[in-house]
Amino acid sequence: MTTSVPFAQSMHAAALQRRLPGSGLAWLDAARAEALQAFAARGLPDQRNELWKYTSLRALAQRAYAASDAEASTRIVDAAWLPAPALRASCAVFVNGAFRADLSQLDALPDGVTVQSLASALREAPEPLRFLLDKRADDDDDGFTLLNRALAADGLILNVALGVEVRDPLHIVHIDLAAEAAAAFHLRSLVEVGEGARLRIVEHHAGEAQTGHLTNIVRDINVHEEAHLDWTVIQQAGADATLLRRSKVRLHDDAALDLHALELGGKLVRHEIRTELAGARSRFDSRGAFVLHGRQHADMELLVTHRGRDSISNAVWRGVADNRARGVVHGRILVQPGADGADGSFYNKNLLLSPDAEIDTRPALEIYADEVKANHGATVGQLDEKVLFYLRSRGIPLETARRILVRAFCSIALEDMRPMPLREYCEALLAEQLPEVSA
Amino acid sequence: MLKIENLHARIGAKEILKGLSLEVKSGEVHAIMGPNGAGKSTLGNVLAGRSGYEVTAGTVTFDGKSLLDLEPEARAAAGVFMAFQYPVEIPGVNNTYFLRAALNAQRKARGGQELDSMQFLKLVREKVKEMGMTPELLNRAVNEGFSGGEKKRNEVFQMAVLEPRLAILDETDSGLDIDALKQVAAGVNSLRSAKRAFLVITHYQRLLDYIVPDFVHVLADGRIVESGDAQLARELEAHGYAWVRERTPAEAGA
Repeated sequence: MTTSVPFAQSMHAAALQRRLPGSGLAWLDAARAEALQAFAARGLPDQRNELWKYTSLRALAQRAYAASDAEASTRIVDAAWLPAPALRASCAVFVNGAFRADLSQLDALPDGVTVQSLASALREAPEPLRFLLDKRADDDDDGFTLLNRALAADGLILNVALGVEVRDPLHIVHIDLAAEAAAAFHLRSLVEVGEGARLRIVEHHAGEAQTGHLTNIVRDINVHEEAHLDWTVIQQAGADATLLRRSKVRLHDDAALDLHALELGGKLVRHEIRTELAGARSRFDSRGAFVLHGRQHADMELLVTHRGRDSISNAVWRGVADNRARGVVHGRILVQPGADGADGSFYNKNLLLSPDAEIDTRPALEIYADEVKANHGATVGQLDEKVLFYLRSRGIPLETARRILVRAFCSIALEDMRPMPLREYCEALLAEQLPEVSA
Repeated sequence: MLKIENLHARIGAKEILKGLSLEVKSGEVHAIMGPNGAGKSTLGNVLAGRSGYEVTAGTVTFDGKSLLDLEPEARAAAGVFMAFQYPVEIPGVNNTYFLRAALNAQRKARGGQELDSMQFLKLVREKVKEMGMTPELLNRAVNEGFSGGEKKRNEVFQMAVLEPRLAILDETDSGLDIDALKQVAAGVNSLRSAKRAFLVITHYQRLLDYIVPDFVHVLADGRIVESGDAQLARELEAHGYAWVRERTPAEAGA
């Protein structure tokens, strides 16, 4: 049944056509084949799946995707698609799903930091990645993670050794450019931040308007004891792009992750962030905002699991939807037995700028430990008429007043973002996005 | 400057203003007093252009042009300012940024030059000094976490920066202790000029001890039933609003 739809057919065709890096390795071939079979059996997630309740894939199921862009490794990339040189000391660039050494700058990274593309790692030394890739389908998998396992052709393998501090952010840039046909890119990545190490990464998504590509990223991020990861997401995918991400984060004792996310682009966009606070006193702070217009759909799934004693999670997310856009925010905090003294919070406020826009927000708490603090709150509302009138009564035109208020509404997501130039860049992006809002 | 003739306004089906007429000339300070429910705040809101009020009859002209046809922002650009009874809090919007956006929007609407940030900062620093404003408040979000007194002072401070030609003070005294009241009144008094008029809406005479009006009008049941000078306010304080009703049975009952 599921294999009969164009999407599934195109995925099976891709598996037949494409010679993936590392193929010929028995364990890898077996894992890929098994994942493809599991996908054939399970198909795409449907809305009976709690994590996909508000995101329909019916339209996607009818689309077929090419296995790759044959020219991905040679396409000329306008510098405008790359982050400004002033912002980036180091960057790893992917174009249409392929790592581009020619566009990346990795020389300035300190000793102890290794960055490699998945494709080259699989060609050169695949065994160290066996723990990551040699997996059997389990309950946590969905259609996209299975496809990713079956078809991932590239990705980023990043390792920061024990105690190394990476001061300047490493930018990880994904650029979509128009190709002969809309294609699907499956990327598998791994980030290891070693004990006591410190790393900042800035993830960018950008692209041309009418590519129609699908990007399916699965990554594992491990932040080891007393390590600290700053992770900023600047998502400005092309207007026709589908972007699906599953990030599985594990925080060890005294490890910390600060996430800031600005989700502005794309047509169908999703980020499932599964964070496990495994270690004692581990901490996960996330702040994010999405601003949607037209018929954009964004789905943010924040699934936080506390396992370590006295672990802390804070989430503050803002959503704005105009026109016929649709936003979904799911914040689940699960406190497992043994995570005594855990402190988890999830706050999400949303703003609808049009009667046809919709945002669904679902906070959920499940607590199985003692002396736990947990708070959540979620609202969906409109711009306050009283406040709008106040601004107008001071001479500020209605459209400007709306823009000022929407920007202020989202700015909480950027409040403590560092370094300052990055924050200013994000604030400018946000401001740029807003004239399109509530036209 | 401001001419209100036979103004009728309602909220929903409820008629609030029932034929109010008033003329305010440049340089004058008019106080509008009256009991609760008389229509004081409705008058201020109709003049500022708040939605939800329907004007069913009458005219309001400002410098000879109809004010009621203008959007709230256009009224502000024309020189009308309202100091709110309950100034709203605007989290995430910095006070200085807000004021600059407002001033520049007004200048632009009037066909003038916008101020750059250096010019604006210079202006704001001067006004901070003149008005005795706490400079620290400028770096905070508009009215967020401000005390009642700070909010009202911020309204007067905005007035000082925006330099309106007609300032409407809607129950600016409400919720203020005597020290805050004096500070707010001093701010207003420093802005009195021959080119500017004030409409001071208040329930109590107390404010008028500090902002001494040229004219006092008593508003009752949607219209002005008595007008006089500052002395009228003191008589009202002594006798209460019932006294006005007794003196003007014909109008009040109309």
